Amino acid sequence: MSAINLEPNIDRPDDLYAEIVGMTAGLSDAQAFGLQARLILLLANQIGDVSVIAQLIRLAAQSEEQGHDPGKVEHS
Amino acid sequence: MSAKPDIPVWRPMGVTPAPSTRREQMPTLIVGAGPVGLTIALDLAQRGHHVTIVNRLDFVSAGSKAICFAKRTLDIWDRLGVGADIVAKGVIWETGKVFWGDRPDPIYQFDLLPVKNQKMPAFVNIQQYHVETILIDALSAYKNVDIRWGHSVRDIAVGEAGAKVHVAVGDTEYFVDADWVIACDGARSTVRTTMGLDFEGRVFEDNFLIADIKMKGERPSERWFWFDPPFNPGQSALLHKQPDDVWRLDFQLGWGIDREAAVKPENVEPYVRAMLGDDVVFEPEWYSIYTFQCRRMSRFVHGPVIFAGDAAHLVSPFGARGCNGGVADADNLCWKLDLILSGKAPPALLESYNTEAIAAADENIRHSSRSTDFMSPKSTPAIALRDAVLQLASRHPFARPMVNSGRLSTAVSYSASPLSTADEDDDWLGVPPGTPALDGPLGDGWLLGQVGTEFSLLTNGIDFAGLKNLDLSASPILCERFDLSPGAACLVRPDQVVAARWRHPDQSKIEAAQRRACGITP
Ligand SMILES: Cc1cc2nc3c(=O)[nH]c(=O)nc-3n(C[C@H](O)[C@H](O)[C@H](O)COP(=O)(O)OP(=O)(O)OC[C@H]3O[C@@H](n4cnc5c(N)ncnc54)[C@H](O)[C@@H]3O)c2cc1C
Repeated sequence: MSAINLEPNIDRPDDLYAEIVGMTAGLSDAQAFGLQARLILLLANQIGDVSVIAQLIRLAAQSEEQGHDPGKVEHS
Repeated sequence: MSAKPDIPVWRPMGVTPAPSTRREQMPTLIVGAGPVGLTIALDLAQRGHHVTIVNRLDFVSAGSKAICFAKRTLDIWDRLGVGADIVAKGVIWETGKVFWGDRPDPIYQFDLLPVKNQKMPAFVNIQQYHVETILIDALSAYKNVDIRWGHSVRDIAVGEAGAKVHVAVGDTEYFVDADWVIACDGARSTVRTTMGLDFEGRVFEDNFLIADIKMKGERPSERWFWFDPPFNPGQSALLHKQPDDVWRLDFQLGWGIDREAAVKPENVEPYVRAMLGDDVVFEPEWYSIYTFQCRRMSRFVHGPVIFAGDAAHLVSPFGARGCNGGVADADNLCWKLDLILSGKAPPALLESYNTEAIAAADENIRHSSRSTDFMSPKSTPAIALRDAVLQLASRHPFARPMVNSGRLSTAVSYSASPLSTADEDDDWLGVPPGTPALDGPLGDGWLLGQVGTEFSLLTNGIDFAGLKNLDLSASPILCERFDLSPGAACLVRPDQVVAARWRHPDQSKIEAAQRRACGITP
């Protein structure tokens, strides 16, 4: 099983966020759902390893259950 | 009891008179003469056993049921001598095409026989009633087979060493004391319900209209499936060719519909014309609605009562895993029961039927549930994801294998079978233990036609005593398919499933593996 990288791995985090949030700007919910779904599939194929994706899904689901983890969030 | 108004008759069989005694004793009673019960009867009869089958109806039904029979099933029927008749009558196909919306070209296409050069084709389409009559005709040659038409099981009392079965024919009732009862009495199994056994799973809230129609005309022998076609917006549809100019049209209708109205000719015909064109000339064969469930019993073996086919497990039709799964049960069961009946294996061997048939049922249920979830997604995100796959598939190859219009039945591997001996080496390719042997050309014929119905050993240039040997060294294709290097060997069970293989076999390893495959624990 590959290790999941939970350390910062993107050198322009604000650009990434702007890309993702901008992608659904002006779309209806249904259009946005569709676009996100296509993006998930493209990202998944890029990663390629189902077990990695399954781990990422579990991590994503955990964050929802536990809310944010104050120990790891740095406020400035 | 005679023809029921809601079940069309294909071949009347006539009610078999009641037996002369009200209490009979027999080794094996099969309940249900559907394709699974008939296949079991033929296999056991050919192995020399006396079998009695009781069947509630006194005719073969002409209603719309299975049409797609997979290669593994054809291999099994070929072993039983009816494969050639079924293939000759059937429509051979191996290509599936998936369409989406009004796009004229398929967004995805699959080939169901990636390994060529085998005797049997990937699939044959043939009406279930043709299969049943071919099996019935084959059984008529056996004096040790007694089929009783119009005989219904009412009740069963299970004891330690057998079961007492209460049977009714017309107003006459009688009892059978059977050492073994094989319940192949279909989805609503009387045997299962009177024994109070569970049947857990999912019910899918959807209706499908089946229009079997007769029409002349040339169209390819392929499976055509549509997501959201213009002629059935928001739903799916399926088209299959059958023998005798019969075509199966299958339309998803959704849940809250008037089922009685939906099968009226005036309501069905607009669908047919919308799919095939306004000018299509056709005659109705049979119109019906079906819904489906994916469920199975938690155990298939209950003392002397063994469940097989739809009585034990149900799947959605997408993927053609129902009858194909049931015939696999028959194949798995019969050689084991044969060894037990003739005292060559302990009754404990049946536990491996329970394990292996459940593993196969679970695989079939998993595939057919996933296909159904893909075809009729229920939540907003699930619909978005499904549509995303279709959108991407129409443009990019990576998404095409995710398009799920039914994963068609292929041989199931019993990867964790207690009967298999683990490989000594980990560099094996080929057919692993627990997997049905692959066919291939051998001499003037085919491998599967020559492995026979007993244990056999596939070898490459060596020979061992005590069982049938088939030397594959003259067939490079087969040596490659089984990854048999010179001196290697592969033990095949009577159901043509690989039990063990060795790069460096010896007599004692082979004997130990064969004992293990017979349920004899060291
Ligand atoms: C529309 C449709 C399409 C399908 N397409 C396919 C397909 O393409 N491929 C595929 O593999 N499968 C398909 N299936 C599934 C397939 O038809 C079933 O899996 C198959 O019929 C199961 O065979 P069986 O012998 O277990 O049971 P059945 O065929 O149901 O036979 C049970 C028999 O038991 C008898 N019986 C019932 N109760 C009693 C009793 N109390 N006493 C005595 N006899 C009794 C009945 O009369 C019947 O003859 C399809 C099903 C449907 C509905």
